[in-house]
Amino acid sequence: MGKISLEVNGRKVEKEASDNTLLSTFLREHLQLTGTHIGCDTSQCGACVVHVDGNSLKSCTALAADVNGSKVTTIEGLETNGKMHPMQEAFKKLHGLQCGFCTPGMVMSAVDLLQKNKKPSDTEIRDWLEGNICRCTGYQNIVAAVKEAATKM
Amino acid sequence: MKDFNYHSAKDSKEASKLASSSSAFLAGGMTTIPSMKLGLATYKDLIDIKNIKKLSGIKVSGKSVTIGAATKHVEVSNSKDVKKAIPSLSSLAEGIGDPQVRNRGTIGGSIANNDPSADYPSACIALNATIHTNERKIEAAKFFKGMFETALKKGELIEAIEFQIPEKSSYQKHPNPASRYAIVGVYVAKHKEDVNVAVTGAKSCVYNDKEMSKALSGNFSSSSIDGMDLDSSEMNSDMHASADFRASLVVTQAKKAVDAC
Repeated sequence: MGKISLEVNGRKVEKEASDNTLLSTFLREHLQLTGTHIGCDTSQCGACVVHVDGNSLKSCTALAADVNGSKVTTIEGLETNGKMHPMQEAFKKLHGLQCGFCTPGMVMSAVDLLQKNKKPSDTEIRDWLEGNICRCTGYQNIVAAVKEAATKM
Repeated sequence: MKDFNYHSAKDSKEASKLASSSSAFLAGGMTTIPSMKLGLATYKDLIDIKNIKKLSGIKVSGKSVTIGAATKHVEVSNSKDVKKAIPSLSSLAEGIGDPQVRNRGTIGGSIANNDPSADYPSACIALNATIHTNERKIEAAKFFKGMFETALKKGELIEAIEFQIPEKSSYQKHPNPASRYAIVGVYVAKHKEDVNVAVTGAKSCVYNDKEMSKALSGNFSSSSIDGMDLDSSEMNSDMHASADFRASLVVTQAKKAVDAC
């Protein structure tokens, strides 16, 4: 057991957790932030992607202890005053989702891409989303949504 | 995942002091954590080495590029110094896994794990690397012992990897479309004296293909290895590629690498 101190979506949190607690478990079960999804749980599908100190990572493959002291942003942290983030708006507008299971991770990865590359090409978007798997959309509308968001961010 | 004790070491000395027969060093955790979750590995203690400052960073001298063991793939792929000195090394790093893996995974972790399909071990062999540990220096040719096996002793920690800057080099891989691990990856490096052709993914461990090295050292042109019939008896065979297909891929990727040099 150890104390985990994080800043999650701008709020300081401190909780006791066993050393084998994954960041995804800490977010979902200790903080009830269930927007971060656990899909494959083997670091392939990307449904659990969150930002830690400004970079995206798969929270099912990071220990909470190992990111202790960091700033974490989850899908719940993207909205401002009840207004969706431009990336969320674009996914909604262009039908970048169907069942929605992969969407939190997809959106968090895509936001990280636009932080690093303001005007990505289709190929760059597809390359960047390599670690995010969607079984519904066929990706076309996801790529279109990321391009749309790039014009708004 | 079974419980363990997490430790964050301040320096190499503390890290190796904490090590025991039931511990593992934790760098990016991109293999260690999934292996533990799947029950393939269990440890009493995980010793996090990411916070040891000395282990991160890139230094370039006239003859070599030295990369700290805890340096992340994204740092190697983005480094202007690496791009200038050994562009093929930076593009290798850019092709590992996905962006989230590259944001966490480290060069030292990749080498210590010695996955038969990992990319970095081929760079070490091709670029005549020296592996610096907290105890000694090990030549890459003597470091990779077999499948997931290295010359590292218990408690021995990789601190940095020193790559020799070649005259020309290129890394080409045929990636698994899901994991981006190499089904076959070939790193060709032309040094002043000779040519190394390091192959990953084809056998149980990375190796330098002597036959192709010899042919390319005589004449550095893809025509000198064109149609070469490699012995596939020791090559991996699985649902992704048969041994014979891998043998053919090794030649194809080697030719691509030579042409890209």
